[in-house]
Amino acid sequence: MLKGRLGAVLFQLIALVLALGFVSLILISAGASPMEAFKNMFTGSFGSMRKFAEVLVTFVPLLLVTAGLLITFSAGLWNIGVEGQIVLGAITTAGVLRVFVDSTLPPALIITLAILGGMIGGALWASLAGLLKTFGGVNEIFGGLGLNFVSTALTLYLIFGPWKRDGVASMSGTEPFPDHFSLPQVPELRISLWALGIAVVGIVFVYFILQGTYFGLKLKAVGKNFRAAYLLGIPTWQYSMYSFLICGALAGAAGAMQVTAVYHRLIPSISSGYGYLGLMVAMLINYQAIWAVPVALFFAALNIGSIQLPIVMKLDSSLAGVLQGVLVLFVLLMEGARQKFVKKA
Amino acid sequence: MRKNFARLAMFALALMLVLSACGGTPAATEAPVVDATEAPAMTEAPAVATEAPAAEQFVFGLLMVGPYNDNGWSQAHYEAGLYLEEKLGAKMVYLDKVNPADRPGTTPDQLAEELVAQGAKLVIFNSDDMKDASTTFAKANPDVFVIMASGDQVWPEGNIYEEIPNLTNIMGRMEYGKMMAGCAAALTTDTGKIGYLGPLINDETRRLASSAYLGAKHCWEQAGNDPAGLEFKVTWIGFWFNIPGVTLDPVQVSNDFYTTGYDVVISGIDNPVNLGEAQKLMSEGTPSYGVAYDYVAACDAAPEVCIGVPYFNWGPEYLKAISSAQDGTWESQFIWASPDWADINNPDTSTVGFVNGPALSEDAAAAVDAFADELAGGLNLFAGPLNFQDGTPYLADGEEATDQQIWYLSQLLEGMEGLSASE
Repeated sequence: MLKGRLGAVLFQLIALVLALGFVSLILISAGASPMEAFKNMFTGSFGSMRKFAEVLVTFVPLLLVTAGLLITFSAGLWNIGVEGQIVLGAITTAGVLRVFVDSTLPPALIITLAILGGMIGGALWASLAGLLKTFGGVNEIFGGLGLNFVSTALTLYLIFGPWKRDGVASMSGTEPFPDHFSLPQVPELRISLWALGIAVVGIVFVYFILQGTYFGLKLKAVGKNFRAAYLLGIPTWQYSMYSFLICGALAGAAGAMQVTAVYHRLIPSISSGYGYLGLMVAMLINYQAIWAVPVALFFAALNIGSIQLPIVMKLDSSLAGVLQGVLVLFVLLMEGARQKFVKKA
Repeated sequence: MRKNFARLAMFALALMLVLSACGGTPAATEAPVVDATEAPAMTEAPAVATEAPAAEQFVFGLLMVGPYNDNGWSQAHYEAGLYLEEKLGAKMVYLDKVNPADRPGTTPDQLAEELVAQGAKLVIFNSDDMKDASTTFAKANPDVFVIMASGDQVWPEGNIYEEIPNLTNIMGRMEYGKMMAGCAAALTTDTGKIGYLGPLINDETRRLASSAYLGAKHCWEQAGNDPAGLEFKVTWIGFWFNIPGVTLDPVQVSNDFYTTGYDVVISGIDNPVNLGEAQKLMSEGTPSYGVAYDYVAACDAAPEVCIGVPYFNWGPEYLKAISSAQDGTWESQFIWASPDWADINNPDTSTVGFVNGPALSEDAAAAVDAFADELAGGLNLFAGPLNFQDGTPYLADGEEATDQQIWYLSQLLEGMEGLSASE
């Protein structure tokens, strides 16, 4: 029984319980009630329509990033550079909007161009990591990390230099874009259905590629066994590059959403750490697209719900990050334990 | 092999994320127990805002850009909040570290709404960094009162005036405090070199750095020193406090000042980290003094090197504003409050104060007090002839600056080193 699918689920449930237990211990040691903390996080994320809308605002970029990462993971690549790809998407989007700031073109067209620009920016940045790997022999983990730093430096340079606010030199960010450069939002709420739609299209697209196309099959073949795939005639390095490009475009779209639907300007931490969070989501769901939506939503809810902790209980809201990280660790540990168990049995 | 490596890398990454998140957790401290038990009750009753019983406690919200215990700008606001709780029997709900680095993915207007959800009928935005967000929030929530500290959106004579009926700007005339800080620095330095630890560059920071310079120059020359012997240098870090990897490190900037002959450093950022560095270098034999900023008790961090602190006392003006919101006499205004010259350190009346630090010599302290008396008597240092840093005239001989000329100071003044704007 423990060998089958049910067994896997059982082990993951144990991991969840262990993670919650671990965080509870931290809470108790800080003198707080775990039940109250979890309750506050829940009501803080699903307690009202407004709060749920905030969760969705976080969910959109996270889902796009996760979708992108599913592609690179399928190709056997650890695209840690996804963080920088979000940033470059945001920079390109802001750049396009800046070009058209005095234009008389319809805003819808400009926003569309800006989002497409962001996707191209993210894809090109991802291609750098791909090129470094393919032709430079630089592992994508190190190349990606390096490029992440470069992307941050580039953001700071733009904010403090060419794109600075008039008479101001501040790391706060660039001048906000005019209102008509924002994706339209649901009245009274901060979520844009357009942004949500783009994110859903992104994950459906990825699901379709991975489940229903030869392209996806070949990608997985490359990921499972690079050499065998090569011997079977799959142009392997090209497929690696394709996966980088697709992931970069989706991460770039996430960056574009941060600019057009959340911050309406470029700020130093424009990626909001969604790249690293997306990596955790992808690991947690064991690279199965079907689970991306609920788990990304859960992580987004933790992010938003945790804001209640400092307000209501005077606890630090980084507890959400602890829970997310611990959860991933325990799931990985339990997966390892299960495999050992299965081998023995 | 490759797979193992990758798995190891992922494990390390996850571990890193956990640890970095853990780093912040112990900050869960000093929880007023009452809040923890009362607040959830408020969340579950969203109707509370509309069908409020007559005797209901007034709830106000406070958003702080830095930690509530930063020994500087945000702590001054937090203490003002406690003052309001005491004076009004009101209840404060607050959130600190409201900036995109500490709270990724959120915006101040969104976080303000979380405070409203806790029952807040008035929200204080405490940072210049939240100016745009405070406007957005005020317009989206016309029935919530908003205080935007340090801003100028509703100054009819200002440059960015907008009519926002539920928003009030409050700022103190810290120019005076900075002048006293500059004076104390000028009377303490042996080398004649004063460093100014600047945050980011904008109207506010230019005018405050310049005020410190004017005070330093005045006292330097009054003490009979050669005017040419005074050097005043501003180094900007890029934000109100250190954001690793984003701003310059203010500790490093302080160190550079102290080790290159600038024996007094005036903090213009949200916390007095220059004091810590001064303390360290002083113990190693380098004469190093510092002026703190923002918070009345900031010198306590390093009394042996602290020569004074110009500080904000937000309580009195916030009290007036909240009282007016409570009794229905609220008016949107721009308040730029002067010190109470009868006693600049009166906690119930003076918005701006200055405390001499333990490290200030007795003679210097007496001279700073005398200077404060002169300012109280009407001495105006923003009077011509004064030139901008690039040599163009700012004020003609005998001309006194208007409020607009001071608030929107477009450059540093002649004689100051440092950037007036980003290059």
